Formats: sequence, structure tokens, C-alpha cells
Amino acid sequence: MSGSATAERQTAATTKTVHLIIERQDGPDSPSYTEEFEVPYQPGMNVIACLMEIQRNPVNKAGKRVAPVTWEMNCLEEICGACSMVINGKPRQACTALVDKLEQPIRLKPMRTFPVVRDLVVDRSRMFEALKKVKAWIPIDGTYDLGPGPRMNERDRQWAYELSRCFTCGCCVEACPNVNERTSFMGAFAISQARLFNAHPTGAMHRADRLEALMEEGGIHECGNAQNCVQVCPKGIPLTTSIAAMNRQVTYHAIGAWLKK
Amino acid sequence: MATTNAHTEFILRRLHTLAGVIPVGLFLLEHLFTNSMATSGPETFNSAVYTIQHIPFLHFIEFIFIFLPLVYHGVFGLYVAFTSGYNAGQYSWGRNVMFVLQRVSGVITFVFIIFHLWTTRFSGKAPTFQMVHDLLVNNPAYFWFMIIGVVAATFHFSNGLWSFCIHWGITVGQRAQRVSAYVFFVVFIVLAAVGVDALIAFTTQTA
Repeated sequence: MSGSATAERQTAATTKTVHLIIERQDGPDSPSYTEEFEVPYQPGMNVIACLMEIQRNPVNKAGKRVAPVTWEMNCLEEICGACSMVINGKPRQACTALVDKLEQPIRLKPMRTFPVVRDLVVDRSRMFEALKKVKAWIPIDGTYDLGPGPRMNERDRQWAYELSRCFTCGCCVEACPNVNERTSFMGAFAISQARLFNAHPTGAMHRADRLEALMEEGGIHECGNAQNCVQVCPKGIPLTTSIAAMNRQVTYHAIGAWLKK
Repeated sequence: MATTNAHTEFILRRLHTLAGVIPVGLFLLEHLFTNSMATSGPETFNSAVYTIQHIPFLHFIEFIFIFLPLVYHGVFGLYVAFTSGYNAGQYSWGRNVMFVLQRVSGVITFVFIIFHLWTTRFSGKAPTFQMVHDLLVNNPAYFWFMIIGVVAATFHFSNGLWSFCIHWGITVGQRAQRVSAYVFFVVFIVLAAVGVDALIAFTTQTA
């Protein structure tokens, strides 16, 4: 009796586990609830590996069999943004959230700035709408060959490259206090992308359109300089510099446009 | 026409930041300057008040350059404070805390200014050193309310200048924004000290 109890205690000590507390939701309009899970630890595992373990054996901490937790993922190397979620209070990608570097229990929540589809899956289409609004592209389509575009100087190319690393993950939108149900602020990423494409020699052909879009409802003026965006950006994009730089462009554009009318 | 309507919110927001600095902020500086005349004695303060009261078109200037922009900045500011989200509990980085403090100090200043105007400008009493002295001495709570108001107003002004520089695209880079934050913090300390010093002078000196 006492011998087997000792053996059991020893196995418990040798098999490390990972404790997860997950905020779940069965559907877009269902109420949310939290559920705890305990999964076996593997060296070097990330949050995705924990979620895969739950999928393999969907039993919660109380031993009850439940529907497996749903989430989104794609690249698994922090360049697609699909697995963004709130991990221990901060929005980030689950693929690069290593269990060894996280405090336990690991708390997972969906990014509630966006409509929740199910569990950790959110609908980030508002970000795509914002990118369309600021024309975050370079117009090169036509009926004939336009020839090579103008060259960009190396100095500008270097900082523009930093901005081009944005993968629309949504962390900046999630952390922003001015993106909420009372406002329509588009978020830092769209302003930074407008700056990127305004800096491009060919993209600059839509410069005025982008600045006009930034002055419309939900535009750049809704930023309150809380600067959480730059803190949570997984790519370290200088979002606050982008916002200030676009503030400058918009100021010149607005005053100039008014004086010319 | 449609484009003008689409930009209404943008224009209202920019006018809000501009109003806070150009008429209202400048008036705050002037007001603190006049108040600190009290540190040189009641006569100096009273003569400064006399000069101000004999500015030509005083009521017109007061209404157009102080009252209107102040009401606009204050009322629109309440709307801004209401539509902002507050998440400094989850994201306690310095700038986010300042974001919250800017809105809190704004609301405090709004309430403070209403009470302040009611007990001084619209009280029907002559604006003299003696009037301020009596208000401060007769009720100790009034003194502390004034201290809170002065600190809130000077903080809101200084931190607002930092934000103004970003809103208008003056401080763009990270270093510029960091250095300007230090500079405006010093501005806050100096202005708050000037305001508190004047309040102490009003309380301790007698006419």
C-alpha cells in the first residue's frame, strides 16, 4: 500500500506537466467560460504544442472529456500572425510563446478587440478593411507594360523595410485603449502601412488618397498616444514614429488642401 | 461636401488639441504669472489685477480668447475621456499610465475650473488679494482643493504639450518623443511649484 503510494508520488514528480487556464467560447454569441487543462511537459514546447496536446486528448483538469480547444495557426515561425492570442495578459503569437519562458499557469484568451468566432479564434477582417481604406498597396496594374519603376534611395529603403515586416497580426489593435466599442479607430498598423506605401516612389501616386483616408472617421486623429502598440509589436516596428510621421503628413496636407480651395 | 463631412471628426479633434495650447495654455501661463505677483506682496498683486482690468475690450477678449476655447476644450475633452478605453491595469507601461493620468487630470481640472470661476470670477466680489486670502484662510479644505486643481491643471497642460507635439507631427522620432517627455516633465514641476508658491503667499501674507 504505502510502497505503491510512494511510487505514484515519484512518477508525479518526474512527469512534469503544464497547467493552462483557457478562456473559451462555443460560438460568436455564446457566453465565455474558463477551463483548466494539464498537459504533459516536453522540453522546448510552445503554446501551440500545448493546444495540440489538448486536441489529442481533450480532457480538462477535472478529468472530464470536453470539446477540444480551437485556435488558428499557419506558419509556426511568427510571420503570419494567425496564432495571435492573449497569453498571460499580453497579445502575442502562440508559436513563439515558449512554455519554458512563461509563468505558470499559462493563461490564454482570445483577442477580444475582434469578434470571437470560437475559443481562441477571432475574426480580424476589420484589419483588412482598414488596409483597403488606406490603399495599402502599390498601383502597378494596367493594360500595358509600365516599364521599370523609379528607384528608392537606400536610406529610405532601410526604414521602409522595417515597416514592411508588419504581418497584420492584430497585437497593436488589441493593446490600444482607443480601439473599443465606443470608437472606430483603425489602429496603428494601418497608419504605419500608409506611411510605408507613401514612402515608395510608385506608391506615392496614391499619397493624397491615403492621407484623406487617415482624416476620415476612425482615422489618425483617434490615436491618444498611449503607445501600447509599439510595446506589443512582435516585429519591433516603430509604430509610434509612423503615427507621428503621418501626423506631420496629414497636418501639411490638411492645411495645404484648405488653403488651395 | 461629402469629403468635408467625413473630415469633421478630424477637424474637431485637431481644434481640441490646438485650443488646449494656444488660447487656453497661454492663458494658464499668464494666470500663473499674475498669481505669483502675490509673492511680492498684496500691493504688487493688486496693481497687476488693476492693469489687467484696464485692458481695452476686456470682456470681448475674455469671451473670445478664454471662455469659448476653454468651454470647447473642456466639453470636447470630456467626450474624449469618455470614448477612450482604459487598460493601464493590463498594460502598465509608463506612456499608457500617462494616457490615463491625462484624462483623469483633465476631468479634475474641468470640475476645478467650474468651482474656481464660481467662487472668484462670477462671485460678484472684487478680485483683490484680500478676496483670495479670505477664501483660502476661511476654509482649509479650499486651500487643498486649490492645490489639487493647480497640480492637475499644470500636469494636464505639460503632458498635453507632449501629446500636442506628436499630434501635429513636430516630435516624430522615438528620441525626440523621449527627450520632449523629460522637458515637459520639468515644465510641469516648475509650473506646479509656481502655482503652489503663489497659493502659499495668498494664504500666509495679509493685506
